[in-house]
Amino acid sequence: MSIPNRSIVLRVALRTVFMALAAGTTVAIAQPGVRLGLIYGEGGKRPGIFVLPVAGPLGDSLRTIVMRDLDFGDRVTVLPKTTALPTPSGAGPIDFAAAARLGINGVVQLVPVAGGASVVLYDVAAKQVLQRRVLALPGAANSATWRLATHGISDLCEEWISGERGIAASRLAYVADGRIWLIDSDGANATPLTSSTRALSPGFHPSGQSVVYAALEPAGSAIYVTDLRGASRRVVPPSGLNISPTFTPNGTAIAYAHGDDFGTELYRVSVDGGAPQRISIGRGSDNTSPTFSPDGRRIAFTSGRSGQPDVYIADDDGTNADVLAALSSGAQVYRSSPDWSPDGRAIVFQSQLGGRFQVMVISLRDRVVKQLTTEASNEDPAWAPDARHIVVSSTRSGVRQLWVIDTETGRARQVTSSGSARLAAWSPRVIR
Amino acid sequence: MNRRLVGACLMMAAGALAACRKKPTPVAPVPLTPSAAATTDDGAAARAARERAVRDSLARARADSLSRAASADEAANLRAILEAPVLFEYDAADMTDAARSTLDAKLPVLRTNVALRIRISGHTDSRGSDEYNLALGLRRAAATRKYLSDRGIAAGRLDIVSFGEERPASSGEDDGAFMKNRRAEFEILSGGDALRVPPR
Repeated sequence: MSIPNRSIVLRVALRTVFMALAAGTTVAIAQPGVRLGLIYGEGGKRPGIFVLPVAGPLGDSLRTIVMRDLDFGDRVTVLPKTTALPTPSGAGPIDFAAAARLGINGVVQLVPVAGGASVVLYDVAAKQVLQRRVLALPGAANSATWRLATHGISDLCEEWISGERGIAASRLAYVADGRIWLIDSDGANATPLTSSTRALSPGFHPSGQSVVYAALEPAGSAIYVTDLRGASRRVVPPSGLNISPTFTPNGTAIAYAHGDDFGTELYRVSVDGGAPQRISIGRGSDNTSPTFSPDGRRIAFTSGRSGQPDVYIADDDGTNADVLAALSSGAQVYRSSPDWSPDGRAIVFQSQLGGRFQVMVISLRDRVVKQLTTEASNEDPAWAPDARHIVVSSTRSGVRQLWVIDTETGRARQVTSSGSARLAAWSPRVIR
Repeated sequence: MNRRLVGACLMMAAGALAACRKKPTPVAPVPLTPSAAATTDDGAAARAARERAVRDSLARARADSLSRAASADEAANLRAILEAPVLFEYDAADMTDAARSTLDAKLPVLRTNVALRIRISGHTDSRGSDEYNLALGLRRAAATRKYLSDRGIAAGRLDIVSFGEERPASSGEDDGAFMKNRRAEFEILSGGDALRVPPR
């Protein structure tokens, strides 16, 4: 019998507490003797998780969604439904010995109750219940609300297992057919958010409850904010070019690029309107695609100030601007479309290699650049709220579609499949 | 008093035009853009508007005296000249020789038909970033407007807009398509009816 790896448990526990402190939130600090996270094998190996069959008419939907979410989270190995672990009858015990033999470290048990489900995580090595909670599942079976709540169950299980909350209960906004669409993180419930035929560059408000976007109109482009039911209002009128909007991290202002005869510069305007203030000092160059550090004090953007487009990083008033990533000497540069990670530690961007864009990530601690994609063309990277996954638009299936990529393993999964989709943004966690 | 001023100006203009008719000389560019300072208060704005009206009517009178109404065929030809797109090099907004000659051909039509208002839209090929390409498209439209306004066409008659890579002229993904898509297009917004043929 293998010896539980206590160091993993401890590390997870410390990380969870540290993250909670860093985020300025309060969490229930573990009581003495209560562990955070699951006991599992040697370092680096993912815990094996088995989700028991679920009784009731919605049982299989519930089980399938949670299994897929845990798989998409890339932190655990989900064992297939055919795994021969005996299903306990009623409140009967789990066969922990059999589970251990099958490579299962944790067992998830979902029991439908009135208006929700009881969720239990068993720790196989400790032969006991690790966590237990009853969660509401509102809305009609398999409705969007019900599915979202189910994703919340998955995210909670992932947090119980790994110490990191999952991102299944989140949405993507993207552009298809010139409209802004919303889609669940697992590719379900694609819904048009705008009727405009020339909408571009959606960006979520930090609350997740509204989306800012640009619209190309006949006489110029304008910036709009819409709620998630599609009720939109104009923030910047169509005069010249107004594109690539993003909310500031505190949600009170919008940064965007405004172009006229003298180039395209970054501006900031209050969400309530008023006079825009200039951010970038491009001296007649083109500056677009702003993205803020989580504390709002730094900004990264695309600029053509040195001739060809490159990604720059500056203070939030545009001063102290610097090229983000060093160049291999003599290389032709076209780097653009940065997105700052929600944990503040990295920036993703796209770089043209051999005539195609590929997605890169740069660590802000040591400025080491890592290439994340190689297959076909990959553009418009945007971080997931876990600061681990990104969404890109990729032509690897033929036309541009949204793909989610795990920046740690490179694993990719397709999110959209009809028409063509691009310029995605990822919402914060909808259930926290 | 203002009406009298306009009348006096028009009489002087008529005299100048009569002289022109006998001995044709190149038409001088007419400065039309009011200075920013002139619009700081209502009085100044109104004065600037009156001055602009006077200058417009003078320019129109002069243009009419030197031109003649176009036949249907000629009008179609003039519209084709006005709407001919100009093409750009990759990631550039500089005027090529071909672009210059395309734009030069528009100049006499724009000078003769002073009521014409044009929208110049800048476009790019699909290779750059979607967002940065919108800025590049605007740069192309602005460079095109500057070329024309540097040669006497009032910038106020030329709107600029960018569609980046959003409205390709050719949907291909090869060099031929890329070349066609890196362009500025011209749309007649008003003044396109009853076009007049520029003097030779």
